[in-house]
Amino acid sequence: MEHKNINVKLKVWRQKNSNDKGSFETYDAKNISQEMSFLEMFDVLNEELIGEGKDPIAFDHDCREGICGMCSMYINGRPHGPWEANTTCQLHMRAFNEGDTIVVEPWRANSFPVIKDLMVDRTAFDRIIQAGGYISVNTGNAVDANALPVDKAKADAAFAAAACIGCGACVAACKNSSAMLFVSAKVAHLNQLPQGEPEKNTRVLNMVAQMDKEGFGACTNTGACEAVCPKEISLTNIARLNAEYAVASLSATK
Amino acid sequence: MLNSKIPAGPLDTKWVNYKNTCKLVNPANKRSLEIIVIGTGLAGASAAAALGELGYKVKTFCFQDSPRRAHSIAAQGGINAAKNYQNDGDSTYRLFYDTIKGGDYRAREGNVHRLAEVSANIIDQCVAQGVPFAREYGGLLSNRSFGGTQVQRTFYAAGQTGQQLLIGAYQALERQIALGNVTQYSRHEMLDIVMIDGKARGIIARNLITGELERHFGHAVLLCTGGYGNVFYLSTNAMGSNVTAAWKAHKLGALFANPCFTQIHPTCIPVSGDHQSKLTLMSESLRNDGRIWVPKKQGDNRKSIDIPEEERDYYLERRYPAFGNLVPRDVASRAAKERCDAGYGVGTSKQAVYLDFAAAIQRYGKIEAGKRGIEADAATITQMGKDVVKEKYGNLFDMYAKITGENPYEEPMRIYPAVHYTMGGLWVDYELMTNIPGLYSLGEANFSDHGANRLGASALMQGLADGYFVIPYTIGNYLADEIRTKAIPTDHPAFADAESKVRDRIHMLMNIKGTKTVESFHKRLGKIMWDKCGMARNAEGLKQAIKEIQQLKNEFWSDVRIPGEINEMNPELDKANRVADFIELGELMCLDALNREESCGGHFREEHQTEDGEALRHDDKYMYVSAWEMKGDHDWQLHKEDLNYEVVKPSQRSYK
Repeated sequence: MEHKNINVKLKVWRQKNSNDKGSFETYDAKNISQEMSFLEMFDVLNEELIGEGKDPIAFDHDCREGICGMCSMYINGRPHGPWEANTTCQLHMRAFNEGDTIVVEPWRANSFPVIKDLMVDRTAFDRIIQAGGYISVNTGNAVDANALPVDKAKADAAFAAAACIGCGACVAACKNSSAMLFVSAKVAHLNQLPQGEPEKNTRVLNMVAQMDKEGFGACTNTGACEAVCPKEISLTNIARLNAEYAVASLSATK
Repeated sequence: MLNSKIPAGPLDTKWVNYKNTCKLVNPANKRSLEIIVIGTGLAGASAAAALGELGYKVKTFCFQDSPRRAHSIAAQGGINAAKNYQNDGDSTYRLFYDTIKGGDYRAREGNVHRLAEVSANIIDQCVAQGVPFAREYGGLLSNRSFGGTQVQRTFYAAGQTGQQLLIGAYQALERQIALGNVTQYSRHEMLDIVMIDGKARGIIARNLITGELERHFGHAVLLCTGGYGNVFYLSTNAMGSNVTAAWKAHKLGALFANPCFTQIHPTCIPVSGDHQSKLTLMSESLRNDGRIWVPKKQGDNRKSIDIPEEERDYYLERRYPAFGNLVPRDVASRAAKERCDAGYGVGTSKQAVYLDFAAAIQRYGKIEAGKRGIEADAATITQMGKDVVKEKYGNLFDMYAKITGENPYEEPMRIYPAVHYTMGGLWVDYELMTNIPGLYSLGEANFSDHGANRLGASALMQGLADGYFVIPYTIGNYLADEIRTKAIPTDHPAFADAESKVRDRIHMLMNIKGTKTVESFHKRLGKIMWDKCGMARNAEGLKQAIKEIQQLKNEFWSDVRIPGEINEMNPELDKANRVADFIELGELMCLDALNREESCGGHFREEHQTEDGEALRHDDKYMYVSAWEMKGDHDWQLHKEDLNYEVVKPSQRSYK
């Protein structure tokens, strides 16, 4: 495949810390190989900034292979940038052309406060999992794995939902900053499996309650979350959650 | 000095007897015993969850923004377990034997047998947690093959097994957090261990958001901090993976074992340029179906699809007919290097070989046509074959396409070996305790189970074995004698001393105000390590490397430039702290590689090879674990732990 080098202009959100107001700054990224990943372009830019005695741009990243869910840039108005089913770390400069201006912002949601520049605090997701995103089984209690056959279709559906990487792109894309896709994926993963059956009702009620407590907005079925999800988590999970929530509410004893 | 504490008795009863006789701590006492866990990957998260369930007071620390991000999440292919669900001859003994042989007879029999014994419990536990492993139509679990074995014992969840296992452990951990048994500290980095009366009693951690230093007490400290592959700069590790916690322990007297045992994974996407920040693995499971080849003609510049079948050299199938493309990683990596060095490499850099799925696509396509009972034309067969391959490896193929811009369904992948895993690590005894009382090391951070080479799908197994099924027993044996030790207040002088040591080092780094970036030093270190302590090593090169690293260290400490302030979020400062430790580790790795005058597993000394280029061990001289004690700057003392093989007879490893 043919590759060339390009020059692009970056408009990046800079914010010293959570108390700072923040603003955009413009940078020229010159002679960028299209074989670079988007984050490698930021590496190159940061090396230049350090060389000039300036503060490099802080951004979250770790695995750089699209699975840890740590990277989180809002690129030209879209979480994780222009490619479908992709994370920022896997976005490559082939996606851009000579002379492009690229606007890079952090996730914007009240429940994800900015820590610095492009980094945000997503611990709200951990607290939602703490509310019920697990199966209560202590170590050592398990029966033989094949003693509990699971319908392949259900196992596959549970896996598809469990592929969520918890990056928060769904929240960032949503006009209401709703976390419904994230929450519904976890509920769909666990509630479809026989192992998750006993706690099915409390799980959905408690996770939704925690989601509301964290200040995430309501879901209005726009579908922006599904469109940007790097793991293509389906909107049908939300429908399933709503149904399960209704059933659980009706059957709740208190 | 080195007591591995392997229990006496026949191999298959050691662990059972240990569990029957180790000391226990009663539930009331557990509530007042505090344990610190550093790292929340498979080993750390599973240990913290299991210990929280038992009632201990646990604190967990990770540098990422959530425990769910640890790099275990990136493991693709699978996890081994001796379940013998396929009825193909597997057993605990076979898994034990394959692991010992795969490690080229440089691992402890006792540890490895225990690992094989608990492997089956791991699968049970994970399924109970809701880990969605791949299943057959009957609803039972599916298995696949991995390198270095002739049975199907690998459990998997598409190409995301590590993710699913880690999410399982993370959820178990979050449950304990919700119950109040565990307190989690994210975006925190451990920067020193606090020692009181010769025992590990706590840590100094830096809050990476505010830059503040914090003191935390623990009756015991567990380092579950993964491997040190990033010493090579380019590796398949995450950007943040580092050796710092283990290195702090080493500087306080913990022995570092077999540091030169590095795993170079054969199937990674090749380097594309100087901007490269990391390398991406293409799972070993691809070797189930992919065939590896290079052109028979040197410097053949034709496109892969234009090279006819008879002009292709399937060199693994040629050299190792019994295992073919599924030879262990060290063997496959060296064979790729040999072909590329000899001038048969492909792609623009010529540092790559092909991994080809065309045959598999045809085979699966025909099977599909047969299943559906249709007479399909060639195009339909190819399409059906591609669909099957997509179902098995779709996420890997997508990843390859995104990174390279090429379509692996249409042309073969280009791959080359890359640093992936480190078998070496902190020396631990059978109880996973380092030689510092109360300081433990679990998972990739320790050295114990994989010898000189790790088999595929065994890292996940070891991390979870250590965390779920080993440490809950062995830590009780230590803590039973600590029930009278009250929590030590963190205004104890030892905490104050450790904190001021950490503070001084940070100030020293920030005050250098030199001219070169941290990244530039890391890249230079990586190049020295890859060129001279990588896939092939020799005495001359290693001596040279040691000199270069010593110079690099001086230069780093006099000319590094770290922007920003101490009391704020400062990723460059975090990185500088880590790179400073990597530089010192690099020197020790070269020293260890120089000392080990033999080839074994991932350690290939060019001076020691058989006539056909295979690793040549010297069991008479090197049947030991090299455990290094730091005596001072550039000064280490070697301690040897002899390896005694009571059951397996070490032999020249053959996969032919």
